[in-house]
Amino acid sequence: MLLSYLPVLIMIGFVSFMAIAVLLMSAVFSPKNPYHEKLIAWECGLEPVGEANKGRFRVHFFVISILFVIFDVETLYLFPWATLLADKSISGFIFVEMIIFVAVLALGLIYAWAKGALEWV
Amino acid sequence: MMEQVFFYIFSIIAVISAISVISARSAVRSAFYLIITLMQVAAIFILLRSPFLAAVQVFIYVGAVMVLFLFAVMVLDIGREKLVAYMHHQSVIAVPAVIVFFIMGAYMIIRGGWNVSNAGFPEAALAKSSEVIGKEMFGRYLFPFEVVSLVLLIALIGAVALVLRGREKDKQC
Repeated sequence: MLLSYLPVLIMIGFVSFMAIAVLLMSAVFSPKNPYHEKLIAWECGLEPVGEANKGRFRVHFFVISILFVIFDVETLYLFPWATLLADKSISGFIFVEMIIFVAVLALGLIYAWAKGALEWV
Repeated sequence: MMEQVFFYIFSIIAVISAISVISARSAVRSAFYLIITLMQVAAIFILLRSPFLAAVQVFIYVGAVMVLFLFAVMVLDIGREKLVAYMHHQSVIAVPAVIVFFIMGAYMIIRGGWNVSNAGFPEAALAKSSEVIGKEMFGRYLFPFEVVSLVLLIALIGAVALVLRGREKDKQC
């Protein structure tokens, strides 16, 4: 049973190897000529102010992240549901159940949309 | 045998990245190291024959919780220097608590009292664990499952309503 996860592991290992190899190659073979102007962060040609992770963010990101979290949880319930769909004897019944589940959450999405919470003004 | 090798690989990466979480200078970097740790825990769940828990780990912790962590880090704007101002001698209580916990954990590991067995289930039954969870969820626990959608709907509407109320206050100003 664990062997069925071997392709996943090989995939992750291959991708990590590629990423690390590319970074390592460019670190080894690239020409290096650092000076102060080159090392500072590029901020539209102006002098950089503070760090990138400091500063004021729009509260609007809050709505987007909460929406993401809620639909993420919804996707989680789709996972055991999808494994059961191949079973013909119950697939019709659980399909309707999941449609109801998704429809209730879609109400929330419609509410957020209609109230203009998704608009980026 | 191979399983143990993989367990040690995953747990060593998990411990190293967990140490990096608390030693990284920038809070955003800590958050990304925490993602690595949580992914390793998901891999260990798969070794424990529990693919559904692994999926929960990836969806909830790596997906949802990390988004909220990063959001809090970005919005609250807490640097190392500012963090000191928020510390009010928590370490006085935390250090003995951690030492006691560490000694208890070490004692239990050395005594070997915790054996993770397959709980009497054959390998073939464990392979179908997410189907079993699904059957229970969509059969006997159908009503709680549908209530979950209502709870999520309430959370969504609450969040949208809170933000919209703040926006109306901004307009008045």
